[in-house]
Amino acid sequence: MSDTAERPEDLMGLSDEEYDTILNILGRTPKLTELGIFSVMWSEHCSYKSSKFWLKTLPTEGPQVIQGPGENAGVIDIGDGLAAIFKIESHNHPSFIEPYQGAATGVGGIMRDVFTMGARPVANMNALRFGAPEHPKTRHLMDGVVSGIGGYGNCMGVPTVGGEVNFDPAYNGNILVNAMTVGIASTDKIFYSAAAGVGLPVVYVGAKTGSDGIHGATMASAAFDDDSAEKRPTVQVGDPFTEKLLLEACLELMATDAIIAIQDMGAAGLTSSSVEMADKGKVGITLNLDHVPKRETAMTPYEMMLSESQERMLMVLKPGREDEARAIFDKWELDLAVIGKTNDSQRLVLEWQGETAADIPVPPLVAAAPEYERPWIATPPRAVICAAEVAAPVDIAEALLALVGSPDLCSRRWVWEQYDHMVMADTVGRPGGDAALVRVHGTKKALAISTDCTPRYVLANPVEGGKQAVAEAWRNVTAVGATPLAMTNNLNFGNPERPEIMGQLVGAVQGMGAACLALEAPIVSGNVSLYNETNGEAILPTPVIGCVGLIDDLTNAVGSAFINEGEAVFIVGETAGWLGCSIYQRDQAGGTAGAPPPVDLEIERRHGDFVRAAILDGRVTACHDVSDGGLAVALAEMAIAGGIGAEITATPDMPAHAWAFGEDQSRYIVTCTDTNAFITAATEAEVHVTHIGTVGGAALTLFEAEPISVAALSEAHLRWLPAYMASREA
Amino acid sequence: MSTAAVIVFPGSNCDRDMAVALEAAFGHAPQMVWHGNRALPKVDLVAVPGGFSYGDYLRSGAMAANSPIMREVAAAASRGTPVLGICNGFQVLTECGLLPGVLMRNASLKFICRDVDLRVERADSIFTSGYTAGQVIRVPMAHHDGNYFADPDTLKALEDGDRVAFRYCAPDGTISDLANPNGSIANIAGIFNEAGNVLGMMPHPERLADPLLGGTDGLPMFQALAEAIAA
Repeated sequence: MSDTAERPEDLMGLSDEEYDTILNILGRTPKLTELGIFSVMWSEHCSYKSSKFWLKTLPTEGPQVIQGPGENAGVIDIGDGLAAIFKIESHNHPSFIEPYQGAATGVGGIMRDVFTMGARPVANMNALRFGAPEHPKTRHLMDGVVSGIGGYGNCMGVPTVGGEVNFDPAYNGNILVNAMTVGIASTDKIFYSAAAGVGLPVVYVGAKTGSDGIHGATMASAAFDDDSAEKRPTVQVGDPFTEKLLLEACLELMATDAIIAIQDMGAAGLTSSSVEMADKGKVGITLNLDHVPKRETAMTPYEMMLSESQERMLMVLKPGREDEARAIFDKWELDLAVIGKTNDSQRLVLEWQGETAADIPVPPLVAAAPEYERPWIATPPRAVICAAEVAAPVDIAEALLALVGSPDLCSRRWVWEQYDHMVMADTVGRPGGDAALVRVHGTKKALAISTDCTPRYVLANPVEGGKQAVAEAWRNVTAVGATPLAMTNNLNFGNPERPEIMGQLVGAVQGMGAACLALEAPIVSGNVSLYNETNGEAILPTPVIGCVGLIDDLTNAVGSAFINEGEAVFIVGETAGWLGCSIYQRDQAGGTAGAPPPVDLEIERRHGDFVRAAILDGRVTACHDVSDGGLAVALAEMAIAGGIGAEITATPDMPAHAWAFGEDQSRYIVTCTDTNAFITAATEAEVHVTHIGTVGGAALTLFEAEPISVAALSEAHLRWLPAYMASREA
Repeated sequence: MSTAAVIVFPGSNCDRDMAVALEAAFGHAPQMVWHGNRALPKVDLVAVPGGFSYGDYLRSGAMAANSPIMREVAAAASRGTPVLGICNGFQVLTECGLLPGVLMRNASLKFICRDVDLRVERADSIFTSGYTAGQVIRVPMAHHDGNYFADPDTLKALEDGDRVAFRYCAPDGTISDLANPNGSIANIAGIFNEAGNVLGMMPHPERLADPLLGGTDGLPMFQALAEAIAA
């Protein structure tokens, strides 16, 4: 093997063993540019080296799946010749370093992944996690991230229709910004990245290449320390106006048949796009870097190949179609440059100023990418805590008021009002409900979308927590009346080289896989973000799920607001009063402890299918899933949304606080007009339903507790977030 | 057959929404006119849609106001062709001088997307004849730069000339600071030019012209325009 004395001092994040593999592949010492290419391609961010082994265990197939993981985004069939194309992706590390640009370019990147495949993006979603509200950086980070998401999505004219925001001290040093985009394309106009064919022009379009974001993928593959702020230059700078032009120009060119393959330049920019196109097409690519449009003149091949400048695409065109493409990009005032050709060498060759800056065989660059079966330790199980062990509140009504106004449960209006959630005029279900509902333009169909994860459950039991994330997303989509079709996942964890962290990842993937299988909603795309830790302190394990469902006639959809006085209120599903790992226990009874509520997937499926059928049959007037905060919080949210109260008369056969705030899974609250018909249908479906009260009045009354006026609930719900953001105290 | 044109700038993003609303009211699709065109087709209505023309990079609407097509739009307006500018379209119309005043950053310095109540100040215009004067309508707003400002003389001219089309108001029609979402002077949400054939407004009537989207208060504007033009 090589003489270690020859080793460059900086291996750019590669291990000694990985460097040895490079020497073997090349048969010589890599040039600087070549080392840079290996470094980013084999970074955790691009190679999934720690997670690949486990990701392969996830269910990814189904009759609805047109394209599973492995392309820019997943593709599912939604009927009538249309496909939904979607994916979720993290931009955690950059958003902590520079929240506005980090979040903005996260949104820009995920939209590119979707329109690269031929889809017009129709909805953006996100899942955000911040540190403790009292942490000095939290307000600044949240303000920047929300502005950045809005700044990019609003300018693009793609509505941001929903998401989730939570706070926990575990995110003090590593926030999470996961952005999801859903687009719609014709099933016969889906574009892939395989550059099949030799002698074809390789064409660069979009913004010019600058020296921003160099080694961004490497930065995103390492933990932070006290000097993380010094990594600012690795954060890209977004230009949503250019991306809007790029979107329109790409869709215009895609309407012709000039494109053979197209790949966006995301993480690792020109490197990963050219390597992926060559590898999938089993061809070689020679690029002349002198022809790359540049923002600054004196860029080296190393910088050009590793730049993560935004709003760029690489395409392979049919020969002779360059002028047609150029005319379209000229119209949109964007650069188009033929920078290379495909050949049969299966090598990536970079020419620059008459010299060869890199010459790498593509198959080993991809196939020899490291894959680790890292050692892992299963998270030890926690004891089940019974309700009596969790202190009861002095007053149920007071506890409920405090919970609906708490940082994790209060209204997110302050956030989503900064997002244009109505542009494109197809947002039928606006933010704040269980799932966003976006009409398929020009039809009666709508897509229902939700993003979910309950990290405190995952920490306590990764397998159950992974199941629960899938189940809750599935439940939210079901609660509007839609049929969940497929999932995308974003696995956010700490350092996978620590066996207990790896154990969280393994458990969560196992739980997710089991749930996706049982609920027949495969994972079609996703992203992994590891090393979310600072000075050895990891985030809560946060495997976020994005679920996309379909409703054929959106006039059948329901919302979560109470609508009519006098309607019966039912719980669907059994209430056992599970307080372990509940929000109530965490916030009002001394802190999170014990096992999280388990999810019985067979029951989940049965309850969801029953609720969906009841909605579509018109038997249900409003529906809300029961999650954080339990029944009482769910009822309060329905009252607040509708501006009508309810009287809950059922007497709990357990401690009242366990009934009110327990977080037993697979439950919904529904309202209906015909009580008997609903009970009959439930009996037939073998679903446990409980008639607990009646909609009406100006207050929510929980059995013997003091009535709370809907106005007071609403005020408490709306107060915290804007007040927090407006104050200057830490 | 009455016809409409929707001007499309690089960065326009409510052009399709506007076209959908116009098609529903006119019974046929409007012509989409690219900003670089030097000629405006002969139409009965010109709509300047919302979005982020040129990324709002210099100042909202400033660059679009200098597009070749806007000279044609100004010429058509001076001949009496109705011109409707919504959101970024309103900003463009102020930047090119077809309407007075300026749209500054919202007082909160935040982008705001929410339904707002608007009081219809005049129902005798071609744009607003589908409403009654004093009626309160609910229409979404979605902008960062909608804080209308005009100097005292301009404001006096607007008020004296009954050229305020809509004001932000409480659900009962009361005009107050509390009902002002963005700091606009005199709660102004939309104004007419002197001749009354140019309307600029920040909120989006085209986004609530379909019952499935949660409201139809925007619909009468497009229906009234279709009727006025057909007449």
